[in-house]
Amino acid sequence: MFDLIAANLTSPVFLFFALGLFAALARSDLTMPEAVAKAIALYLMMAIGFKGGAGVAAHGIDATLIGSIIVGGVLSFAIPFLAFFLLKATTRLPIIDAAAVAAHYGSISIVTFVAATQALTTLGVEPEGYIVAVAAVMETPAILSALWLASRYGGAKRDTESGLFREIALNGSIVMLTGSFFIGLISGEKGLDLIAPFIIAPFQGVLCLFLLDMGLVAGRGLRQGWRELKPGVIAFGLYMPMLSAVIAAAAVWPLALSAGGTALMITLAASASYIAVPAAMRLALPDARPAIYLTMSLGVTFPFNLSLGIPIYIALAEAIR
Amino acid sequence: MIETFTKKKLEIVLERPLLNRLLDLLDRLEVSGYTALPALAGRGHDGVWRREGMVGEAGQMIVVFCILDGDRIDAVLSEVRELITRQIGIVTVTDVEVVRRDHF
Repeated sequence: MFDLIAANLTSPVFLFFALGLFAALARSDLTMPEAVAKAIALYLMMAIGFKGGAGVAAHGIDATLIGSIIVGGVLSFAIPFLAFFLLKATTRLPIIDAAAVAAHYGSISIVTFVAATQALTTLGVEPEGYIVAVAAVMETPAILSALWLASRYGGAKRDTESGLFREIALNGSIVMLTGSFFIGLISGEKGLDLIAPFIIAPFQGVLCLFLLDMGLVAGRGLRQGWRELKPGVIAFGLYMPMLSAVIAAAAVWPLALSAGGTALMITLAASASYIAVPAAMRLALPDARPAIYLTMSLGVTFPFNLSLGIPIYIALAEAIR
Repeated sequence: MIETFTKKKLEIVLERPLLNRLLDLLDRLEVSGYTALPALAGRGHDGVWRREGMVGEAGQMIVVFCILDGDRIDAVLSEVRELITRQIGIVTVTDVEVVRRDHF
């Protein structure tokens, strides 16, 4: 496992993230134009979605795919309950903040997923392509759990507006990811060969550039929000991903997934959202403080997962396969 | 001297995730027009924020303004207030002079 950690910490992907983090914390004027960052994010979703779809086209649909999607959905739905009660027991966060934080830890970070996929590719481990579809499924159920928890324990008014769930389900990154997955599925290996020079060869370099920006974002978030985080809350941001990883490992163990697929399922469960869920929380739980949940998911858990989490999850997957 | 006409300018500084809901509301209320602009940075009760480096919509702010006839402002304002009452934001109403009265 230490070899995996050392390899991860010396990979260009992580080092560019660390550079961005350092630049933001040191108050450098290094920035990435917003439009460029958005375009790169779309590129990454397109590439990862398409490759996943083409992989499924090559290997076919089987019962493990259905099982993985069901397990992913259940994990996303269940993890917020554990997160919420742990936060209630170990921190003084108000109920509404605890429910909002719980939603983030039940949902997923697609960038962590992409980074884990890249780490597996570097190790020569090929995961099942359809884990991309599991990622899309895992985005939303956690939000439902958190809204129920906020309503049940915090008396929050439940936003039952259908518009809320349409906005969450149709957020840009999910549409791009699932859309590209289906395009890859339809066009298959032939389609992949046609656009491989665009989506495979430059992928790692583009990911480095994107993670440089993510490092800047995480660093700025930490600089602005760290005062809001008490030690118990920071500790939660570090142990919760590990706890989710262990639960996910137990849940996916009966499935006939490869070590790569298992590692990605564990990574998805262990990651915390910082794009779709924060926007949903501003709509559904506006009394929850973004400085808490954004700083935790982006400033604490995301750097942890990128540095130590991913190699640990890969080692855990290899241990059970 | 060009003749001008007094109207009301409604200006709303609001969280980006609420933009679609606000614009849908203004459409439903059949206001004659509106303009939405991105806000770059600011400071309020919830602290300092900058658009630069925001990874998603949460935390970004936008500014929407529209010009209304004085007799419509109360109806529009009460609906807007209901939408944003629990959100981060500022609503102001000011008197403005316009050149083309029949546009608003």
